[in-house]
Amino acid sequence: MEHKEINLKLKVWRQASATSAGAFQTYEANNISTEMSFLEMFDVLNERLINEGKDPIAFDHDCREGICGMCSMHINGRAHGPWDGTTTCQLHMRAFTDGQTITVEPWRAQAFPVLKDLTVDRSALDRIQQAGGYVSVNTGNAQDGNSLPIDKELADASFDAAMCIGCGACVAACKNSSAMLFTSAKVSQYALLPQGQAERKTRVLNMVAQMDKEGFGACTNTGACEAECPKEISISNIARLNREYLNAQLSL
Amino acid sequence: MALTGFSLMLFLIVHATVNGMIFFNDNGETFNFYAHFLSHNWLMRLAEVGLFVGLILHMIQGLMLWAQNNAKRPVKYAVNPGNATSKWYSRSMGLLGSLLLIFLVIHLSHFWIDTKAALYVTGQEENLYLQMKEVFQHLWIVIVYEVGVIALCWHLIHGFSSAFQTMGVNSPKYNPMIKSAGNVYSIIICLAFAMMPLAFFFGWIQ
Repeated sequence: MEHKEINLKLKVWRQASATSAGAFQTYEANNISTEMSFLEMFDVLNERLINEGKDPIAFDHDCREGICGMCSMHINGRAHGPWDGTTTCQLHMRAFTDGQTITVEPWRAQAFPVLKDLTVDRSALDRIQQAGGYVSVNTGNAQDGNSLPIDKELADASFDAAMCIGCGACVAACKNSSAMLFTSAKVSQYALLPQGQAERKTRVLNMVAQMDKEGFGACTNTGACEAECPKEISISNIARLNREYLNAQLSL
Repeated sequence: MALTGFSLMLFLIVHATVNGMIFFNDNGETFNFYAHFLSHNWLMRLAEVGLFVGLILHMIQGLMLWAQNNAKRPVKYAVNPGNATSKWYSRSMGLLGSLLLIFLVIHLSHFWIDTKAALYVTGQEENLYLQMKEVFQHLWIVIVYEVGVIALCWHLIHGFSSAFQTMGVNSPKYNPMIKSAGNVYSIIICLAFAMMPLAFFFGWIQ
């Protein structure tokens, strides 16, 4: 791939704390290698800001290989930037052209309050998970894997749902700030496996109740979540969540 | 939204079929016969009550959904993805629904109120065909109806498949079928409705 260096103009949301008002600030990012990731570009910018004695831009990041789900950035109107099926750390600067202005915003949702700059509090998702996204097991040795027969297709569908990294892009992309894709992935992951059957009905009811309590919006089936999900989780999981919920409501 | 939506979609089939009788071009004889049958049938009167309940519930649910969802993002994005991640009509169901509500008020004031007055107050037989012919002589009314029908079409194209998804029906085997059935349904229904004012205005039927 052709290597180039580009100059960019960044419009970044700066907010000192959760309680203070924020605003966009413009930065020049010059001589940016097209082989850098989007986060590395921010590292270069922050290095400069630190050297100039200024407050660096706070952003979440951890693994930088697309599996931790930390790098929450809304780039030019898209969760995790313009590429499909990627996180921000997997987005490379070759996605942009020389002289382009890039607007970077934090995830916007009532349930995701901004902590500082581009960092948001996503613990609402953790609390949904804690409300039922687990399998209770008694202590003792793990039983032999072959003692639990699982249909291969169901195992694959469960695995596809379990790909969810809890990054919150679905909430950020949804016009209603709905966490249905996240919750549906977590519910599906267990509903499809034999291990998940024991708590199947209480799980879906508790997780949906927690989701509503956290202040996420309701699903209107626009499909924006599916389009932005870095793990390309399908909204067929949302239909499954609806089925599970209806079934649990009517029979529990 | 899905359940009330389904019931309203069923009503549209009946409505479009009966009104489609005008295209027999028999001076409205067939159409008036069926319109008379429907309005003098206690089962249909009962269904009409159900229809209005469904309609009002659909509107209340829609407004509540819009208001609640809108409040979930107090600080809006400076840059939005536009049509890159979702279809415009799927995001505009509230707007399309509001247009439909305005249209519906005009529509009911043209036909429904007179018909009911004839049925319950004056007691005389209403020639609905003549009334349609009269109303659709005005250009502005024809335009209002065409705008209403276009809004209905987009509302249905999202609403049809969306209702299935809400009810939990989503499988790779049937998804393309549901999507195309929704498109075919929406286009046929709306084309039929769109033709009615045009047919009277341009004198395609007498």
